[in-house]
Amino acid sequence: MNPLVAFRVSYRALKRNKIRSILTTLGIIIGVAAVITMVALTQGAKRLIEEQLTSLGGNSLIINPGSRTRSGVGTVSGKINRLPSEDAEAIRKLSTVTHVSPILDTTEQVVWGNRNWFTGIVGASPDFIFINGWFPERGGFFHNEDVKNAELVCVLGKTVASKLFGYQNPVGKTVRIGKNSFKVIGVMGSIGQTPSGKDQDDVVLIPYTTLQKRILGVNYVDNISVSVRTSNDIPFAEAQITELLRERHHIRPNMEDDFYVKTQLNIIERIFSISKIMTILLGSIASISLIVGGIGIMNIMLVSVTERTREIGVRMAVGAKERDILIQFLIEALALSLLGGLIGIILGIAGSKISSLFTHWPTLVSFGSVVLAFSFSAIIGIFFGLYPASKASKLDPIEALRYE
Amino acid sequence: MEDIIVVEDLHKIYKMGDVDVHALRGVSIKIKKGEFVSVMGPSGSGKSTFMNILGCLDKPTSGRYLLEGNDISSLSKDELAEIRNKKIGFVFQNFNLLPRSTAIENVELPLIYNDIPSNKRSKLAKDALLIIGLEGREKHYPTQLSGGQQQRVAIARAIINEPSIILADEPTGNLDTTTSAEIMEIFKSLNKDGKTIIMITHETDIAAFAEKIIVFRDGKVMKEKWRGMEGLHEPVSSL
Repeated sequence: MNPLVAFRVSYRALKRNKIRSILTTLGIIIGVAAVITMVALTQGAKRLIEEQLTSLGGNSLIINPGSRTRSGVGTVSGKINRLPSEDAEAIRKLSTVTHVSPILDTTEQVVWGNRNWFTGIVGASPDFIFINGWFPERGGFFHNEDVKNAELVCVLGKTVASKLFGYQNPVGKTVRIGKNSFKVIGVMGSIGQTPSGKDQDDVVLIPYTTLQKRILGVNYVDNISVSVRTSNDIPFAEAQITELLRERHHIRPNMEDDFYVKTQLNIIERIFSISKIMTILLGSIASISLIVGGIGIMNIMLVSVTERTREIGVRMAVGAKERDILIQFLIEALALSLLGGLIGIILGIAGSKISSLFTHWPTLVSFGSVVLAFSFSAIIGIFFGLYPASKASKLDPIEALRYE
Repeated sequence: MEDIIVVEDLHKIYKMGDVDVHALRGVSIKIKKGEFVSVMGPSGSGKSTFMNILGCLDKPTSGRYLLEGNDISSLSKDELAEIRNKKIGFVFQNFNLLPRSTAIENVELPLIYNDIPSNKRSKLAKDALLIIGLEGREKHYPTQLSGGQQQRVAIARAIINEPSIILADEPTGNLDTTTSAEIMEIFKSLNKDGKTIIMITHETDIAAFAEKIIVFRDGKVMKEKWRGMEGLHEPVSSL
């Protein structure tokens, strides 16, 4: 019998018992809907975490001078553990890198009028705000021109601004840092404390060249802050940077690096492994529902085989082979589970949209999860349909014809 | 005429638990192409078992069954299914139509298992319904048809694949006298067109439509009578 005909026969058989067919597939519907909703939610949560990590610098690396594997005090003596500013420009040319900022810091007295505040001075480049996802809330930030000319401009951290200016607007005012007068061009938004309690808003940002030339009188930088497109690029970027800097620092193959790259990859990996565990956990609950649904299908197919014993007998009498009967009932089970899968997919998509409305999480219905759920329900249908179908095909036509 | 069915020393033993039931004890019969044969006998006489074997629904324990010269006894299940599909048409006492399929779908059923394309199927089925006088009822479900009409659909289904033999198991058992006569007229005209018909019946007046009557008792052929054209009006009870 040609499969298309078998499909039509199965379709008609299912249509006759509409309510029963729908109830039978309920397990599959719930299972598939659950799989899709949960995958969409965890994917959405993952995306949300990823975005937040990126804004927190999850996609950034910091290059520090010195060896990571320093043993005791036995570091190469006389070697200056500094990074030349030019390294930053070289790193900027790498394919994975989006932003680069040399970082240099010191502490200084900042004075406005009769007020003063002792705070940290950080020299950076304009990329600094993009790397850290930390932007001025008033005024602006300094530009590449300011860096090039080592201009005397500064952007105040929120704490410094309130200590010196109270409720007044600092933008446009002039403050004194050390011996130099700086024009305040902006105030950063607040980012609060680090987990260890350090106030990150207690800082003044100035072009790193200004800090190098006008305050410290040096030409190196303390470290280099780098961001890449997404946290996924970090391992490759790390390798690229290491290769580049080894070459620039003329380090022979058997020698240790004179710098080290710090990433937040560990944290990211941990968060992702947690979300993976969640996906597996929720997925296994959903699979239990799918298996229960499959047993439901098997049950109703067995009932159907019993109910239609006479029909099977008639079909055999007019020439249906064992295989024809087997395929007919198998396709019926398959059609049931695919119907459930289809309804489940629709409900799952609707469900994930609704739950994203309530949780304010973005949800991502991935094509992969739809395909997975659909093929899984097909496999369930075939697996659990096999026993009833083979039972039907093994019926003795004489007995079947006599069945009341 | 050539022999369409040759049965030699057919035995059938069923195992019912520990007891062997000897349903057929050496049946030998020849049926010629185009014959109309009635099979009679009390219940338990083995006539149903004999019909099941003729219909390739069952296999004999021993003996030979040649259908159109081919030995059936050695065939596989699938090959038997194919023989049933192409060579045999069944008509049952309780019609055995698929209740949720329309008349034309029921008639088409054997063609589905013969891989005939859909448009040709419905044309053949329409023709068959025309032959047995049910045109215009194609879309009716069995429950919307009278008993006689249902049996006509069943006959249309039996002849659709142009089988070599038609096996009818008490085809009028569930019908009233008038309808029975109508159904028998259909069988008669099919027989006139050259179809070989083998029919089980309890009723002597129904058996009287056949040219030849075989009577079973205790798993054996008790009597075989060729009535011929001239003997058709002789009462069957005289057997």
